[in-house]
Amino acid sequence: MREFLEAATSRRLSRRKFLRVSAGAAGGLLVSIYVDLPASAQEGTQAPQKVFPPDAFVHIKPDGQILITVNRLEFGQGVHTALPMILADEMDADWSQVVAELAPAADVYKDPIFGIQFVGGSGSIAHSFQQYRELGAKTRAMLVATAADRWHVTPDQCRTANSVVYGPGNQSARYAELADEAGRKPIPDKVRLKQPSEFRLIGKRVRRLDSRAKCNGSQKFGLDLDLPGMKIALIARPPVFGGRVRSFNDKDARSIAGVADVFEIPLAKGSAVAVVADRFWTAKQARDRLTIDWDLSGVEHADTRALTEKYRALARTTGKVAASNGDQNAMNAIAPANRLVAEYEFPYLAHSPMEPLNTTIRFDGDRAEAWAGSQFQTFDQMAIADVLGLKPEQVTFHTEMTGGGFGRRAVADSHVQREAAAIAKRLRGTPVKLVWTREDDVRGGYYRPMHVHRVEIGIGRDGMPAAWKHVVVGQSILAGTPFAPMLVKNGVDGTAVEGTADTRYNIPNLHVSVHHPTVNVPVLWWRSVGNTHTAFVMETLIDELATRARIDPIVYRRKLLKADAGKLRRALDLMDEKSAGWRNSLPPGHALGVSCHEAFDTGVACAVDVSIENKRPKIHRVTIALDSGVAVNPLTIESQFQAGVAFGVSQIVAKGAITLKDGRVEQRNFDGYAPPYMVDAPVAVDVHIVPSTEAPTGCGEPPVPVISPAVVNALAKLTGKRYRSLPLVTL
Amino acid sequence: MTTYQLTVNDQRREVDVDPTTPLLWVLREELKMTGTKYGCGISACGACTVHLGGVATRSCVVPVSLIGDRPIVTIEGIGTDPVGRAVQDAWVEKDVVQCGYCQSGQIMTAVALLKDKPRPTDANIEESMGGNLCRCGTYVRIREAIQTASAQLK
Amino acid sequence: MFVVVAGWLVAASVKIANGNATSINASVASATPADGLAEWQRVYSVLTYPRCINCHTATNYPQQGDDRHRHFANVIRGPEGKGVAGLNCASCHQEKNSDATGVPGGHNWHLAPLSMRWQDVNDRKLTSAQVCRALIDRAKNHGLDGPGLLKHHEEEPLVLWAWNPGRRPDGSARSLPPLTHDQFVEATRRWVAAGTPCPKGP
Repeated sequence: MREFLEAATSRRLSRRKFLRVSAGAAGGLLVSIYVDLPASAQEGTQAPQKVFPPDAFVHIKPDGQILITVNRLEFGQGVHTALPMILADEMDADWSQVVAELAPAADVYKDPIFGIQFVGGSGSIAHSFQQYRELGAKTRAMLVATAADRWHVTPDQCRTANSVVYGPGNQSARYAELADEAGRKPIPDKVRLKQPSEFRLIGKRVRRLDSRAKCNGSQKFGLDLDLPGMKIALIARPPVFGGRVRSFNDKDARSIAGVADVFEIPLAKGSAVAVVADRFWTAKQARDRLTIDWDLSGVEHADTRALTEKYRALARTTGKVAASNGDQNAMNAIAPANRLVAEYEFPYLAHSPMEPLNTTIRFDGDRAEAWAGSQFQTFDQMAIADVLGLKPEQVTFHTEMTGGGFGRRAVADSHVQREAAAIAKRLRGTPVKLVWTREDDVRGGYYRPMHVHRVEIGIGRDGMPAAWKHVVVGQSILAGTPFAPMLVKNGVDGTAVEGTADTRYNIPNLHVSVHHPTVNVPVLWWRSVGNTHTAFVMETLIDELATRARIDPIVYRRKLLKADAGKLRRALDLMDEKSAGWRNSLPPGHALGVSCHEAFDTGVACAVDVSIENKRPKIHRVTIALDSGVAVNPLTIESQFQAGVAFGVSQIVAKGAITLKDGRVEQRNFDGYAPPYMVDAPVAVDVHIVPSTEAPTGCGEPPVPVISPAVVNALAKLTGKRYRSLPLVTL
Repeated sequence: MTTYQLTVNDQRREVDVDPTTPLLWVLREELKMTGTKYGCGISACGACTVHLGGVATRSCVVPVSLIGDRPIVTIEGIGTDPVGRAVQDAWVEKDVVQCGYCQSGQIMTAVALLKDKPRPTDANIEESMGGNLCRCGTYVRIREAIQTASAQLK
Repeated sequence: MFVVVAGWLVAASVKIANGNATSINASVASATPADGLAEWQRVYSVLTYPRCINCHTATNYPQQGDDRHRHFANVIRGPEGKGVAGLNCASCHQEKNSDATGVPGGHNWHLAPLSMRWQDVNDRKLTSAQVCRALIDRAKNHGLDGPGLLKHHEEEPLVLWAWNPGRRPDGSARSLPPLTHDQFVEATRRWVAAGTPCPKGP
C-alpha cells in the first residue's frame, strides 16, 4: 500500500490525486487516478466530497451527549476512539459525554485522500487527522457563532471548554442548548486549528471508548446480528479453488428440521452449494450431510511443493525490474569469497481474524439493507447492488463493529458480499446472514502469497554491501483487481517489493526484480503486505553482514541507512537508548536480536531478548521504538505496537503456514493453522515513541515486519543457524 | 428436538433444540445471549468460554445433552461476581481490548484462574491463559490486567 | 518339569494374594513364561497404540491423533493430570464423546500419572521391557497387583474409551487399537496368569 501513500499524499505532490471509483461499462469496478484540476478541465469527473458537513459527523443531543461518527471500520486498531478524540479536542467537547458510532457507506464518509470508504494501509489517522480536526473546529466555530449572536458579542470574545461556550461577561451556554441553532449556521470555509500546546486530548493517553462493552458481552459484532425472521446461510465450497458443482444430493440435508433451502450458487470462479436454515447449527449439520460431486477439472491444482520448486527456479532468473541503480556489473568485480547468496522461502498465510467472515443482507426488490464488518464499504456496497440489480444508493450498508480484519475484510472482488447477495436475492424479503465457519476461513484462500527470494550480495572491504542483486517471486496481489492498471507498473506489483526496492538503506548497485506467477490461489494483502517478507529478508541479511564484519548490528544499520531516513534513524537511536540497560547484560542462554524497518511512512526499530524453551523461541522482552509523526493517542500506539509484534510472531510459530497439496488446503482449523498463543508472544514489550510534530503516519501495520527478523537474528546467536524458511518448524 | 432446562446466570431457562446442539449456539441463538463468541468450533481458541458447574468450559464443543443440571455462567453474568467484576474493571483500566472479539473468553478464563489462584505467578498466567487465542495479540496487557485484578482483590 | 512347577507356584502365590482371581486358575495349566511374554507383547501393542499412549506421556502435555502430535491449544498436565484452572481437561472433555463437535469424552478424563508414562520426554515409545516393568511396579501403578491390573484393563472407563473413541472434528472415526477389548482383556488375563513376566533387557 505504500504506493498509495506515495501517489496520493498531498504534502508531497503539487496536485492532489484522487481515486475515482465507478462502475465500468461492462460491469465490475473501474478505479483510476485522476488529477484534481480546476473544474473546467474535468468534464464528466466527479470529485469525492471535499466539503465535509459537520452534521454528518457530530450530533449533539439535548442531554449533552455527543455522538461522533467515525468514517472507518473499527476492527481493533482504536480508530473508534482516536478519531473522535481529534474532533472532540478541536471542538472543546466534554470527553466524558462523547460516544462514537461507525459510519454507514456514504459519499461523505469516503477517505478524503483516496475517495473511497475504506480502512487499510495504516492510513486512518494519516488521512483523517486534518479532516477531523477541521470538523471539530468548524463545529466549535458554529456553536460559538450562535452564542455570540445571542449575547451580541463577537466570537473572538468567547472561549470554550468542556462543551460550554463562555462569553466575555458572565454568559455561558452549553453546547446542547446551542446545537439546534448552530446547525443552521453556515459552515465556515476556514477555521483556526489549535496549537499543539492547546491540545487537551490529542497527545494524551486516552482510554478506548469501546472497552466496557467489549468486556461485558454487550458489544454486538456483525456475527451477533439478529433480525426478525432471519435465516442463516452456509456455503459448501469446492475443495479446489475454481471447482464447480457437477451434481449434489441434498436429501439428508433437507431432512433436518429447520432447513429452508439448498441450492447451487455461482462463485467468482466456479460454483458452490448454499444451505439456508433457521439456525447456525442446523445449517452446519445440513451442510455436513450434503453429498457433492465436484468437477475439479480445468483448474490448476496448486501444490506447495511443486510451486516452491518452480519459484526457486524462477528466482535464479531476472524478472521484471523494480529497482535498478548504479552499475549492474559491479557484482562481477567482487570475488566469490566476498559474496553472500541466500534463498528464502515464505508460505501462504491466512489472516484468520477472530470473528469469522459474515454478512447479513435483506433484499426488498427496490432496495436492500446490508450489515458487515467491511474494510471496503464503497466496493462492497457497489458489489451488492450489482448482484441485486440495484444502484449503490439503493443499498443501505451498515458498518458493524468487527472482530479483526488484518486485510482480510478489504477485498476488491467483494466475494463474501457477492455470495451473500446471491442468497439474499433468492430469499427476497427475508434477511439472511451468511457465515463462514473457521474451516471456510482457513481453507477459503485470499492468503498472503507464498514467496521465494534469492539475494546475492557483493560485500565491500568495509563489510558494507557493494552490490545487491535481489529477485522476488510471488503472486501479484493487485493483478486482476481494479487497482492493477494504476499500481502494477511495468509488470511490477509494488506490493511485492515494497521494503526492498525502496529500501532505506544506502545500498549501491542495487537491482531488484520480480516474477509474478499466476497461480490458482486467491491472494490478498496481509497486515503490512510486502513488508512481511521483504523486511525479514533485508533485516536478516543486514544482520548477517554485520556479524561477518564484526560490527555491532545497531552501529552497522546506522552506518548503512540513507542520510534522509530520518524516521528510521530516530527510531533506531531511541531503541538503542532504551535497550542499552538490558541488552548488554543478558543471562546465559539468552541472546539479543535487532531489526529496523520503515513501512507506511513509520520508522520502527526493535531489540529482542530471546532464549529457547521447549524447543521454541521464547521472547522475554521487546524494546520497540517508533517514529510515526505526532502521536495522537500514545496509549493506542502502545497497544498497537505491543500487540502488533505478537501478531508478527504469526510468521514464525510452528503451525504458521497454509500449504496446499494437489489443490487442497492441508489445514482445517486452528488445530492445523495456529496463530500465536500467549506462550508464543513476547512476555514484555516496552514501547517508545519518538516525540514529533510532523503529520501523523500509520501504526497498524508497522509493528509487524520487525519482529520475525529480530527473533531470528537472536536465534542465530543461540544455534549458529541462519533461518531462511518460515515458519520455524524446528530450531 | 428435545426440551432442556438450563440454569443460566442464575435464571431458569427452557430451550427446545436438537440434543447435539453445542451450548454455544443454544446461548447465542435460543437465548439471544451473544456475548459468548464463535471463533473456531473445535475448542482451540477459547472465545466460547463459559463457566459450567464452576469449571471454565469451551461451550462450542459441549452438546446441550451433556450439560445436566450444572449451572452456567456467561460473560453477561460474571460481572455480579466480585472476581468477575474485578477482572472486567482491570481490563478496562488497563485498556486491554482491541477488536475485543476474544475477550469474553479471555475474561471468563482469567476469572477461573483467579478463583483458583488469587495470586497467580507469571507462569500460572501463561499456563491458564495459554489456550486462549487473541489474534490481535493483546497478551501483554492481558497479563498486566490479571495482576491488576489480583492486587485489587487482596 | 521345573517350569511347570514354577508356573504353578507363581499362580498359587497369586491365588493366595488375591482369593478372587478364580479366572486365573483356569489358565494356570497352560500359562508358561514364554506364553506370558507373547501375551505381554499383545498387551504392549495396545498400550502403545495412540488411543492409549496419547495420555500416557512423560511430558507436561497430552498427545492427540494417530500421529501422536502434541495436543493443540497448549493444554498441559497440571498438578493432578487434570489441566490447570481455566484450561482443565474438563473444559472440553465431557462424560461422553461429542461426535458432532469431534471431542472425545469419558468419565473423569485426565492424564495418566507420570509414573505411568510409556514414552520418554522426546515422545518416543518406551521399550516393551520398560513399559512392562513400569506396569507391574506397585510403587508406580497405584498399588495394583496382577488381578488389579486385569480389573483396570477390564473396567476402567478411560480404558474402555479406547474402543469407543468417537469421531474427529472432520467426521472421520478415530482408529481402534490392534486388538478388540475382549482380546486385550484376555491377553492381560493370560499374562497375569503367567506371572506378569517382562522381557529382559533395556
